[in-house]
Amino acid sequence: MKKKRAALSLGPIYYLWDGPKWRDFYFRIADEADVEHVTLGETVCSKRQHFSEPHAAEVIERLEAGGKQVTLSTLAMVTLERECRHVRDLIRDSDHKVEANDLSALGLLKGQRHSIGPLVNVYNAATARALAARGAQNICLPPELPAGSIRQMLYAMPDFSFELFAFGRMPLAISARCAHARSKGLTKDNCQFVCGEHPDGLPLRTLDRQSFLVLNGVQTMSNSCAVLLDDLAPLVDAGLARVRLSPQDCDMVRVAEIYRAVLDQRVDGSAALSDLFRIYPDIPFSNGFLHQREGAAWVARGRSAALTLG
Amino acid sequence: MELICPAGTPAAFREALEAGADAVYCGFRDETNARNFPGLNFSREELRQSIALARRKNVQTFVALNTFMRAGDEALWYSAADDAVALGADALILADFGLMAYVAERYPQQRLHVSVQASASNPDAIRFLVETFNAKRVVLPRVLTVQDIARLTSQIDCEVEIFVFGGLCVMAEGRCSLSSYATGKSPNMNGVCSPASHVRYREEGGSLVSELGAYTINRFGSGEASGYPTLCKGRFDVAGAEGYTFEDPVSLDVIDEIDALRAAGVSALKIEGRQRGRAYVAEVVSVLKKALGATSAERAPLVSRLRTLSEGQRTTSGAYDKRWR
Repeated sequence: MKKKRAALSLGPIYYLWDGPKWRDFYFRIADEADVEHVTLGETVCSKRQHFSEPHAAEVIERLEAGGKQVTLSTLAMVTLERECRHVRDLIRDSDHKVEANDLSALGLLKGQRHSIGPLVNVYNAATARALAARGAQNICLPPELPAGSIRQMLYAMPDFSFELFAFGRMPLAISARCAHARSKGLTKDNCQFVCGEHPDGLPLRTLDRQSFLVLNGVQTMSNSCAVLLDDLAPLVDAGLARVRLSPQDCDMVRVAEIYRAVLDQRVDGSAALSDLFRIYPDIPFSNGFLHQREGAAWVARGRSAALTLG
Repeated sequence: MELICPAGTPAAFREALEAGADAVYCGFRDETNARNFPGLNFSREELRQSIALARRKNVQTFVALNTFMRAGDEALWYSAADDAVALGADALILADFGLMAYVAERYPQQRLHVSVQASASNPDAIRFLVETFNAKRVVLPRVLTVQDIARLTSQIDCEVEIFVFGGLCVMAEGRCSLSSYATGKSPNMNGVCSPASHVRYREEGGSLVSELGAYTINRFGSGEASGYPTLCKGRFDVAGAEGYTFEDPVSLDVIDEIDALRAAGVSALKIEGRQRGRAYVAEVVSVLKKALGATSAERAPLVSRLRTLSEGQRTTSGAYDKRWR
């Protein structure tokens, strides 16, 4: 039997990066990264859209010249009239495939080929089927899902493209209130874009100085970086089509290289892990959700156990 | 506007009926509902008896099946829906698209309400739910202002229900995995948030520390009132400054806004608190019922009566007021 191959996909940048940083990141991805799919566009906060939008056209052109399939991401939370209009316009005018991150996009995309992002609640095959019937062709599953649920869905829909969130700080919550602005004594409406000061999130620690979460505007993310390595091969064998890398403020070209090598079984999980520790230092790794544990947990196998405990 | 009241037990259900509820919502004793706490909720037989009692008083019963179906175990949710329909529930409150599709296809006559956990926050989202699953009512997530709600109701062909009193989610409901990040148990998958099974308190140098899983959620000095460590209402350290990063330990109260909510086209007001005792339910329901029928001048003493029932005695109007953001 032919060995199955999973594609690598780069998710949208959840953080606020200034325009030139955003553009240069994607230029390098376009030129150097071994990824098949790139999903981009402001996903977390509509107030930030003007930072990246002026660069979007040249970035998309460069990515396509680099052979990447480009998908445009919609906003995770849509409440204002302006935000509704933005989602409608994007879906109506785009020549590119769109990734839905809220229910309005799901509705507007009916009958059009589209993707579903990890911020839409797809916990079972019944839901995936309902969405596929409306035109969804790829679903990036929520980071909270345990491996058992993922396997069930792969088994139930063998020809469908499922994607797994396999690298990056996990989006855990979104609010109408901006905790990031609040931490600086500001509110969402007069935020002064303070989230832009923290291109990898603003760390939130417990009163006992435990690392715990990071604030990213209206979004709350895990402090730990999800890293799924040894867990990938059995899921790819079961039919997993894509593996998503979520951009952090680190060398994502190198991260993609490592994941490609792991997926191609040129490098084992523990060697990959020590490389990732160097590329994204001082950040704990986690894979607890996949193992049906607390999301912050790291469940080690074999040699990687010694590495992370040491 | 209808008053939708919580019942975690048959006793609370009866109290809600007596106190003037227009509808009572409840769930089965398992992970199909988002208040899956020990000692709460209804057996099939208890629901049958409660619905019969409610019918005699001309009160509706809504059954919440508002967690997300665990892949491979969908039968648990499907049979809960089958039984709720067979027992005569006036509406099912659902969050999972797969379960909505099942109910819409199998029981097209059954009234389907969209749970707050589905996070439908705009007209296009609600149209999607109406067109796809024939939803008759949407419980709005607590992310909208009263003005947002007024604009929304004028654009949709669907009733709107909103939370007005009780516990307050700071995060968009149904889109929060903070609890499972710390404990492995989440509202979406297990019907619990910051579960008691993972809570510990410890004394440390004269202060009381509350923990959820491995994480410190708060520390109370002597003389400071302590509270339950709900993750999003904890005290944390951000860049060296300690404080309530997301929200103080407050609860929701927008009774002052009843007239504005009515004018905004809201069909039903919902009280949170299926985990609360029957005395609380009786008191809150009867005061709110009076407030609904009162003039704004008559309402003031009722509002202050309600304040004393609130968690920690402090309340907020949350996202309904733009300044909260």
